Formats: sequence, C-alpha cells, structure tokens
Amino acid sequence: MVAVIGAPVAPSTVTPTAGAPAPTAAPPQSRGRVRRAGPPVRFWRGVVLGLAGLYFLGPVLVAFWFTVDGADGPSLAAYTRIFTATGFVDAMTSSLLLGLISVAITLALMVPTMLLVHLRLPRARPYVEVFSLLPLVIPPVALVVGVRGVLGWGNGSEFVEVSAVFTALQDKSLPLVLALMYVVIALPFTYRSLDAGLRGSKVTVLVEAALNLGARWPTVLWRVVLPALRTSLLNAGFLAFALVMGEYTIAKILIFPTFPVWLAQSGATDGQLQVALALLSLAVTWALLLIVVAVAGRTRKAKP
Amino acid sequence: MRSGTAARRARLPWSWFGLVPFFGYVSVFFLLPTAVIAYSAFRVRGEGGASTFGVANMSAALGGAYLDALWNSATMSLVCAVIAAVLGMVLAYAVATSRGGLLQKLVSTSAAVLANFGGLPLAFLFVAAIGNAGVLTVFVQERLGLSLRDDLGLDLYSRGGVQFVYLYFLIPLMVLVITPAIEGLRPEWREAAEGLGARGWQYWRHVAGPALLPHFLGSIALLFCTAFSSYATAEALTNGTLAITPLRIDGALSGNVLAGQENLGAALALSMIVVVVPLTLLYQLMQRRSSRWLQ
Repeated sequence: MVAVIGAPVAPSTVTPTAGAPAPTAAPPQSRGRVRRAGPPVRFWRGVVLGLAGLYFLGPVLVAFWFTVDGADGPSLAAYTRIFTATGFVDAMTSSLLLGLISVAITLALMVPTMLLVHLRLPRARPYVEVFSLLPLVIPPVALVVGVRGVLGWGNGSEFVEVSAVFTALQDKSLPLVLALMYVVIALPFTYRSLDAGLRGSKVTVLVEAALNLGARWPTVLWRVVLPALRTSLLNAGFLAFALVMGEYTIAKILIFPTFPVWLAQSGATDGQLQVALALLSLAVTWALLLIVVAVAGRTRKAKP
Repeated sequence: MRSGTAARRARLPWSWFGLVPFFGYVSVFFLLPTAVIAYSAFRVRGEGGASTFGVANMSAALGGAYLDALWNSATMSLVCAVIAAVLGMVLAYAVATSRGGLLQKLVSTSAAVLANFGGLPLAFLFVAAIGNAGVLTVFVQERLGLSLRDDLGLDLYSRGGVQFVYLYFLIPLMVLVITPAIEGLRPEWREAAEGLGARGWQYWRHVAGPALLPHFLGSIALLFCTAFSSYATAEALTNGTLAITPLRIDGALSGNVLAGQENLGAALALSMIVVVVPLTLLYQLMQRRSSRWLQ
C-alpha cells in the first residue's frame, strides 16, 4: 500500500521557498477577484480546511475517548497496562529488532551501490533505478505467495544444510526472512531518498575533491559522504524502520508474531488496549517523521 | 590508487562488480519469488500426485466466486480512488494556497503517516468510533434509540465500511502526490490569463485544468492500485470474510488442507499483478510527462 513515501519530506522542505513568492504577488489580485466573485477565497479555504480537520481529527478524538472511558470515569488504565499485556513485549522486541536489522541491511546494501553508481558508473543508473522501483508493481499480498513457495521448497530440501538455513530464517522469535523481504519492499523509497540526497548535495564533487587532497576511501566515507548525506540517510532509515513497524500483510500470512500481527489479535481480549496502541503507533510514527523533517529543514538552512 | 587514466580504465570493468550485491539481492528476494508466482500459477496437480503444466488454476482464479472477488476489488478500489482523488485535490489546493508554513508542514507529515502507515491502526480507530461497541454506536443507541447499522446503514464491517476507512488513507495519499503538481502551477500563468481577460473558471478550464490533468489521472491509477492491493484494513475489519482478491489469496494459502490451493493462491496473485502493473506504469508515465514542464 505504500507508494509515495519519497514525496512527503521533500515537498514540506520545499514549500517555504515555493510558497514564499506567492504571497507577495497574490494578495492584491485575489482581493480584486474576491469583489467580483462573491464569497472570498479565504472563506472557502477555511471551510475546506475546517471540514478536513474535523474529518481527520474526529475519529482520533473519538477513539481517544474510547480508550479513556472507564466504568468509573475517565482513566488512563488502557495505557498503563500496555507493558503487562500478554505477548506485547515479545512481539515489540521482535519488531524492533527486525526494524533495526532491515535498516542496517538497507543502508549497507544501498549506500555503497548508490555511491558507486553516482561516482563511477552513471551508465548503470537506469538499471539500478528500474530494479529499485520494481517492488512497486508487485503488491505485498501477491509477493508473499512467491515467498511461501520458496520457503516451502527450502523446508523440504533434501540437503540438511539448506533446510537448516531455512529453519533459521523462519525462527518464530526473530523471523529474519521478514527483514530480508522488508528491505525489498522499502527499496523504492530508499532509492528515491538516497538519489535525491546524492543529486542535491554535490557529493560527487566533494568526493573527488577529498580524493585529490589525498584522503583515503574510509576517511572519505566517514568525513565527507556521511555528513553530506545525513538527511537522506536519516530519511531512508526512518522510512524503512516505520515500514517494518507497521507491516502487517506478509507477517500475518506467513504467521509470524510481529507487533502489528499481535496488535490485530489483541482486540479479542482487550479492545481498549488495542485502540490505545493503534493511537500510540500513529502518534509515534508522526513524531518521528516530524523530527526527520525538522532535521532536514535545519541542514537545509545551514547550507547557504 | 596509482595515478593515470590507464589505471582507471583498467579498473572500470571491475567497478561493475560492485553492483553484484545489489542485483543479487533483488534477484534472490524479489525476482525469484515473483518467478515462483508465475511458475506455480500454471502448475496443476494431476491424478497421481505429479504436477504438470496447465491452466486449471488460472481458469479457477478467473471464474466463479474468485472472479466476483476480483470484480469486487476492482469496483471498490475504483470508487474509492475517484472519490479520494477529487477530495484530496480540493484539500491539497486549499493547503497549498494557504500561507501557513506550519500548516503545510503539519499536513504533509500527517498525510505521510496516514497514507503510508495508516491501514491497520486506522481500522482500529474506526472500530472504537463506529464499531459494535464504538463510542458513537453506543451514544446513538442510548440517546436516540437508533442502531448505526440497521437504522442508519453505517456498517463498519461491510463493504461500505471498508471503503469508508480506505478513504482515510487514500485522501492523504492524494494530497501527497498532487501537491507538487499544484505547487508547480506558476502564479505567472494566472497573471497572464487574467491579463488576457480570463475569468476564474476559464483559467481552470484552459490553463490549470489541462496542466494538472495528466497528473490527476495518474494519481487515480496510483490510488486504485493502493486500494486494490490493500490487505490489512479489510482483513482486520471483516476478519477475512469480505469477498476481495487479497483476502481470497490469504484464504487459499491458509486453507492448507488441499495442496493445490497453494497454486490457486499463486494464480490469484498473478491476476492481481496483471491488473497492477499497467496502472503503475501509467502513473509513472503520467508523472514523468507532467514533471517535464512542471519544474
């Protein structure tokens, strides 16, 4: 279902500059138009934004009320009993570890690849781009069918070593196969994020300069590439992590107890807790994204 | 690092080996499973337990109840995509033309969260609001003596309810994808149109409309694909009973009594892929087309 993650951060950092010229030119005009056309544009904009706010915030507020509405008055009990809920800690630990592993694989695989493509092999760029964007065309619910097929063959393999590897990949407490698949699903967003970063920050020039000044590759990576790409690395990492923490389809169909799968089942025993966690997970994702955007905005300002 | 172009030229073929991990990874974890889908979709288990190639799974996936599910998926997704595209466009325009930088930042981050990570949590928010024991359901029942489901026709666990929840992540998605295009409309165009005597609607009919149309149609294709491949919301709300293809795939895989069901799942997955691929390409094409001059 994720299709356009690359976009949100970029426009929000772009808008201040793109929006800036408009107010200086627009106001006298729009006021002139307003007199002809009846209700002011600003009025309709207010109506639209108000309705949208009501439409999107309404359910959140109602759901919040649902979580605090106890038999004897409002209470935050649903939030305090999260950690004692059966299975929560295990599912959360598993998801957090999978998230970290996915981010590590994503960055370890894609940063060298993208650097290589931008610095040495511009001719390979179209191929890497197509391969990176391919996962967009296969819905996760379809991809999981193929994954199950592969796992089925591996499990039934006659070679002990092969089936041992497949068993390790499907360990219930830490299903590494999920991390490997999540890297693929996050690939389009990783690619866009890193590509935008590499194009925007002139890393190519900086690296050439550093090499000419006698720096070795480890130094270049650590002191030139990483700082220059900080924002887009952060962005790519955040997207992969958030994707893992929220992915339901693949984990559910392969029957691995990650946090979203646990969350979906928890409603049977404790509806309030389930809604409380749903609210919290949205809020935490949102807060993390705000932090990423804020960091991105700061680095953008720091550059003249 | 010996200097000289000769050394560099000699190194050139070697640098291609640096791409091996990337292409290897994508091949093993993406192309291989995809190939397995296409392969198993055409494998049929014969009488004696031996598998042969055949189209039995495909014809099963494209007939009877499975065809109904595919049709349901498509119509649901189309309705949601069109409604979300129109509403999202209006919202995106209102936000993009407003002056508050903070508002724009809040909207873009909230939209990103809802569009990308919303599916499952949103389902539970709506269970809390208008589900069987939801706050509004109880309120309406106690104060007005009405049942949301029977008297007001608002049943969260039905097709309509699922569509209703889909809108909550499709509208934000539309806001995300259409905002860059709206911001690409230059104020000069409006000034030029007005300078030539165009009214508001004429500007929209002849300038902004045609400029945004490719992007708008492409976005509908993208929203359609998102709704079409969405699994979590419908699964969580209807417990897997809604007749749409993603849930049918799950059903075919989990009903592991019959070994042949696995191949039916692959055939269903293949039918989804056949729908999604051209539409995704259309979206990419439209986006590229419009981004060429919206820069």
